[in-house]
Amino acid sequence: MSKIKVVVVGNGMVGHHYVETLANSDVDAHITVIGGEPRPAYDRVHLSEVFDGKEPADLGLTTREHYVELGVEAHFGDFVANIDRDAKMVVTEGGQKFSYDKLVLATGSYPFIPPVPGHEQEHCLAYRTIDDLAQIKASAKGKTVGVVVGGGLLGLECANALKNLGLEAHVVEFAPGLMGVQLDDGGSNMLRRKIEALGVTVHTSKATQKICAGKKHRLKMEFADDTALETDMIVFSAGIRPYDQLARAAGLTVGERGGIEIDYYCRTSDENIYAIGECAVLGSFIYGLVAPGYRMAEAAVSQLTADKVAFTGADMSTKLKLLGVDVGSIGDSKGLAEDSRAFVFSDEREDVYKRLNVSADGKKVLGATLVGDCDDYDTLLQYFLNEIELPENAEALILPAVDGVTPTLGADALPLTASICSCHNVSKGDIFSAIDGGCMAVADVKDCTKASTGCGGCAALLKNVVDSELLARGVEVNTDLCEHFAHTRQELFTIAQCTQIKSFDELVEKHGNGRGCEICKPAVASIMASLWNEHVLNDDLVPLQDTNDTFMANMQKDGTYSVVPRVPAGEILPDQLIALGEVAKQYELYSKITGGQRVDLFGARMNDLPAIWSALIAAGFETGHAYAKSLRTVKSCVGSTWCRYGVQDSVGQAIDLEHRYKGLRSPHKLKMGVSGCTRECAEAQSKDIGIIATENGWNLYVSGNGGMKPRHADLFATDLDTPTLIKYIDRFLMFYVRTADRLQRTSTWLESLEGGLTYVQDVVINDSLGIAEELEAQMQHVVDTYQCEWKTALSDTEKLKRFRQFVNSDQEDSNVVFVQERGQVRPANDAEKRRQLIHAVK
Amino acid sequence: MNLSRREKMSKQKICTTADLVKDSGVCALAKVNGEELQIALFYLPDTEKKVFAIDNWDPLGNANVLSRGIVGSVGDELVVASPLYKQHFSLTSGQCLEDEDVSVPTFDVFVEDSAVYIA
Repeated sequence: MSKIKVVVVGNGMVGHHYVETLANSDVDAHITVIGGEPRPAYDRVHLSEVFDGKEPADLGLTTREHYVELGVEAHFGDFVANIDRDAKMVVTEGGQKFSYDKLVLATGSYPFIPPVPGHEQEHCLAYRTIDDLAQIKASAKGKTVGVVVGGGLLGLECANALKNLGLEAHVVEFAPGLMGVQLDDGGSNMLRRKIEALGVTVHTSKATQKICAGKKHRLKMEFADDTALETDMIVFSAGIRPYDQLARAAGLTVGERGGIEIDYYCRTSDENIYAIGECAVLGSFIYGLVAPGYRMAEAAVSQLTADKVAFTGADMSTKLKLLGVDVGSIGDSKGLAEDSRAFVFSDEREDVYKRLNVSADGKKVLGATLVGDCDDYDTLLQYFLNEIELPENAEALILPAVDGVTPTLGADALPLTASICSCHNVSKGDIFSAIDGGCMAVADVKDCTKASTGCGGCAALLKNVVDSELLARGVEVNTDLCEHFAHTRQELFTIAQCTQIKSFDELVEKHGNGRGCEICKPAVASIMASLWNEHVLNDDLVPLQDTNDTFMANMQKDGTYSVVPRVPAGEILPDQLIALGEVAKQYELYSKITGGQRVDLFGARMNDLPAIWSALIAAGFETGHAYAKSLRTVKSCVGSTWCRYGVQDSVGQAIDLEHRYKGLRSPHKLKMGVSGCTRECAEAQSKDIGIIATENGWNLYVSGNGGMKPRHADLFATDLDTPTLIKYIDRFLMFYVRTADRLQRTSTWLESLEGGLTYVQDVVINDSLGIAEELEAQMQHVVDTYQCEWKTALSDTEKLKRFRQFVNSDQEDSNVVFVQERGQVRPANDAEKRRQLIHAVK
Repeated sequence: MNLSRREKMSKQKICTTADLVKDSGVCALAKVNGEELQIALFYLPDTEKKVFAIDNWDPLGNANVLSRGIVGSVGDELVVASPLYKQHFSLTSGQCLEDEDVSVPTFDVFVEDSAVYIA
């Protein structure tokens, strides 16, 4: 069978979506796309960003090259002049002819310009295309005032554009309020307040009678109420009209108020011609948003495949930022339905307005209006779309959080059919399928499903769904620590604590099976350390340790180790620096400054470790625990002692904290930071425990993270004195040590707890579980039993026996070979090792 | 390979049980067919065989480190996990459990009067 010839007229967002969907489908089609604008499809929704620094090219949804790759024949800058339905051919204004088997009209719409006398003169413009922007820009040059006619969504976007051009912007609206289609009066008024606060003047109930020449400015608008406004330019954005002229001329049926009539399959009155997007009308309704347009495109493509999908209408809920103001509208946003009952919240200090319309029985969301704060949008939309039964106190859904408690609809509560991304029609089920297929992060899911790549409004919700599911699976796949223990780490901790079992053998015999492995053994060693804090090299504990803990150094790729002495808060004596340098020179160690304000010495042979540490301890160093799942460093800035801005002694505080918590074994490594003022030079908010000095004391932040999954720390408590600060950190850390999973950082731990931050605050600050004293006592035990593991090991010849490369020889590992690079050693690669070997033989 | 080695080699004392670490590994050097080899020795006193010997070379991590791995079990198989990338190697067969094409040599080992021999 020969290829089906598909000709697409129009290359806007919807036309492009059709082309891409078809090209990526199984349909064997030759696709020709004809676009009237001189460039391929771009993101019209974010048009005003061009005045905010974006290049027109940044808005591009595709490129000519991409169309070539897809095998799509594309012609731009040429309008279709007419359709010859009998010959099944279209002819362009440029005289090109294209025959089709199926024709798709995605001609979009054009701005409605009210027939006001004088509207056709210069500097009366429209706002629709990139070319329109160029005209607006040219017209604004050197001028001061601009007016937008139309206070709807696009009009306000356009006002933003004028403002970004540096003009004094006015919005003139015929109706009594802004965004009358989406917002009720309360929301509309709040929006007006906010927009006016931003410097845009709003004129409502203004009917423009005439546009004539101005005195001070180029133009003068005269209104029906005998007022007038002078301006340098006027941009019309008073609604859109479907571009249906081509269809009319070809004799296709059009709607009473314009628009090409289509059925549920997006077919026009000619079965070989489809219409999609804003040029189409379904049951007298024009869908002027991009998401429904995309759905139409997909439905139209599916008509060429075996499974024909219908387009039966779409949800018109929308969330956007207009001039920086969050505006959301869901379903019956104005509560027009007869049995609609409203909750309204208005805060004129913060300029927030929210209206929630529920059914008379209070069980279902019918619609909502949000102005100034759209945080509740995602939750409300899911209630609405999935008809989820409302809780009894439905009003809490729009009320501001009291004590930080906001009832949000967790991702878990959504049904699989819940639409997460309406632009690309991605359901929660689709996201789960993507995770089934191996997606392990939000970015993967975005690539795979396209979710959140349209308007981006669902980004937070998407992340929530993905993270919660991944977390659930991580636990669901195996809540057991490993095959040897059918318990979580938290359960094992409790077992060990309650039974006072101090050996792995006993624990695995009574509460597990087999001989253990590299997962459960270090986990148990860590639990034992947190509970009893015995030396890592005690006979019973040694077999449980990872090689790093066994040799109290970090194994590198060639089997050598790196050594990191503790440098509390990064404060170091000159003599200590010299000693470090001397040790590095003597043992030929590669030296590098770490991110935690200390020095890492690489390339130490196992048998040299005791001698290296003897020298370091003699110079006043102690072990830095870089090898352990425990406190690493407390990073600090220089603080009030030296800095012009510092308000507290951050170095002193950091040193005290580092000494207090050094040696605390935990589920994963711990990092802390102390900043001496709000400038935050110690980057404390990226640490598990972050402390920032204030005029009155210390602000405590928790559960920050850098690395693979950065997380900004949460503010936990403010203006603490030092004893309270220590008390809270003791409790927080010990609660984490007790309850976290193996290798779970404080960031993921906090997020995994039901109630999250609020819950932990309750446990730590209010002692809601009545365990605060116990947690503090446990921490004090760890603090009191601290020993420098290296110092202890060096005084015990039995322990040192482990540091022999070979138990029967003083030889060194012949596979450890170094070469010089930039004045220091580095491990030789294979080729270099072979060369050295040949050299040695010669 | 093991078979031919066994035929040609006489028993060779490599260390004493005092050098071994219970439930863990150490490394010893041995001359096998004139070639110097690093042998990882694991001491599991509660097993029938008590001492296990495999090559110290981790063929996946390309370093002499297997004696420094954690000893344990996967199902009924006694294993050591490489300290570099955590693949498991059987203490009895040398087989890598994650990759059937990879294995390490094993050696016959026995204890007489607290001396450890390979044969």
